[in-house]
Amino acid sequence: MTAATMVTGRAHRRIRPQRVLLHAFLIVTAALWLIPILYAFYTALRPVSDTIQHGYVSLPSALNFNNFINVWSLAEIPYYYLNTLIVVVPGVILALFLASLVAFAVSRFSFRFNVALLMMFTAGNLLPPQVIIVPLYWLYLAIPIPEIIKLPFVGMFPSDNGLLYDQYIGIILIHVVFQTGFCTFVLSNYMRTISKELNEAALVDGAGVWTIYRKVILPLCTPALAALATLEFTWIYNDFFWALLLMESGAKRPITSALNNLQGSFFTNYNLLAAGALLAAIPTVIVFLALQRQFVRGLTLGSTKG
Amino acid sequence: MSAAVRHRYSLLTRRDKIVLALMVGIPTILDLVFIWAPTIASIGLSFTNWRGIGAITAQNWVGLRNYTFLFTQYLFFWPAVEHNLVWLIFFVCIATPFGMFLAVLLDRDIRGSAIYQNAFFLPVVLSLAVVGFIWELLYAPGSSGLIDGALGLTSQTNAIDWLGTPGLNLWAVLVAASWRQVGYIMILYLAGLKSVDPTLREAAAIDGANEWQTFFRVVFPVMAPINTVILVVTVIESLRAFDIAYIINHGKNGLELLSTLITNNSISEANLIGFGSAIAVVLLVISLGPIILYLNRVFREES
Repeated sequence: MTAATMVTGRAHRRIRPQRVLLHAFLIVTAALWLIPILYAFYTALRPVSDTIQHGYVSLPSALNFNNFINVWSLAEIPYYYLNTLIVVVPGVILALFLASLVAFAVSRFSFRFNVALLMMFTAGNLLPPQVIIVPLYWLYLAIPIPEIIKLPFVGMFPSDNGLLYDQYIGIILIHVVFQTGFCTFVLSNYMRTISKELNEAALVDGAGVWTIYRKVILPLCTPALAALATLEFTWIYNDFFWALLLMESGAKRPITSALNNLQGSFFTNYNLLAAGALLAAIPTVIVFLALQRQFVRGLTLGSTKG
Repeated sequence: MSAAVRHRYSLLTRRDKIVLALMVGIPTILDLVFIWAPTIASIGLSFTNWRGIGAITAQNWVGLRNYTFLFTQYLFFWPAVEHNLVWLIFFVCIATPFGMFLAVLLDRDIRGSAIYQNAFFLPVVLSLAVVGFIWELLYAPGSSGLIDGALGLTSQTNAIDWLGTPGLNLWAVLVAASWRQVGYIMILYLAGLKSVDPTLREAAAIDGANEWQTFFRVVFPVMAPINTVILVVTVIESLRAFDIAYIINHGKNGLELLSTLITNNSISEANLIGFGSAIAVVLLVISLGPIILYLNRVFREES
């Protein structure tokens, strides 16, 4: 230990100029990395007339939040935030719930098909969504939902055309199914690290399987669930593909897919577009800055297991 | 082990077994119906000329005709394959190694490491649609764009239309997509580096290895599992590429990708269900490589 400290200590002194170089490189690269966002923000703060007159690469004659205020009402941003909320909240909760059930069953009890089942979920999550979109689109047009509408939860998301297509319930469903794969994989790895003796002790005490899930295992998984919830919020929020193709009504789309409408309406006004894109991005940036640790842990939980 | 399993089973009541069956059964059925059934259906539909009207009958069966047309006559297929390949090679050779390089730099004990990490990671939390929007601002031609503006390419004659020029726009989009990919890989790799047993490095340092020798001879080999994950993530992300190309020009005019050809042919612009499905099958077959590699790596010890 002391030998190692001495070695690194000596190395430190010797590579001092290298440290300077390292920091210089990192500062320049990090600055380059931030340019696109800073430039978008700068453009959004400038009136369009100013940029047309002086070009976009110029010093500002005025800076204000008018573009944000205008796009907020013109593009009905709050309305699209709400659409997103309708999809994201149930999407995250259900994906985590279903994944925790499977993960619990597969990691705490041994079935013959444990590994095959986990592989199926994991592989399903890795498929490019475009592989399944065409049949899925027709499936969504073919499944009538009046029969299942009486189920709890489903009834909260009525379908105005009796189908899964063009409905929140359909978008939520595909997110849940797709994301359950990833969450199952992560949670089952996590649950496997919890001592199996806990199960046996509880079973011997006469606790049912559901009680063990609910009262013993789930509380122990809170850290993993929090990390996954943060990550899944961002992923579902950022979805463009599913809502673009499975939701026909532009007005019902969540904000990320609605960006496509925004482009159609204001394509000549880059300043307004910049403000709109930044407004669409702000919630995920806030979540990241506030729950950074959770976010990164969610990502790495899925990958660092050997 | 198996004795313990049997023992545990005997403790389960009938009710417990039903609960467990439901816990596994419901998500499994959903996964089968909404992911695996469509996957199989894609394969089946690719042998038909179904256009989405009426039932599919034996008359719709066209055998391999969709595939022969796709491989020999469809103008956009090989360009799309090429663009996907360029995308993959760019990610594998540039974006991913750069992300790994940043991770290695940031893994040491340096001041402000968290700030650098945040700067590189910020684009990862943005959707690819927003990334496309932001880079449209940078790439806009002439005085409307940052790049042309900064390079003084603002007249009619010398302005570069980065996103509107086939042959150029793919590279422009790759830079934008890499902006996001690099941070993603950096974070994954950084987590991997942190999990490497520090005594390995100490031992290497005592043996007189310099930093690069330590990394390539000691750290990189022990990180074999995470290297596979990184590779698979990179390949899968390249095959999935869609959003950014769609936002920019619906995946046309030099930005054709297998993913955009599928939706354009079968949903957005035409209803050639069978033909689009044949493209989906090509994408599926390519994707199976990295998926199997991943499953093999991750589940090896269990089976």
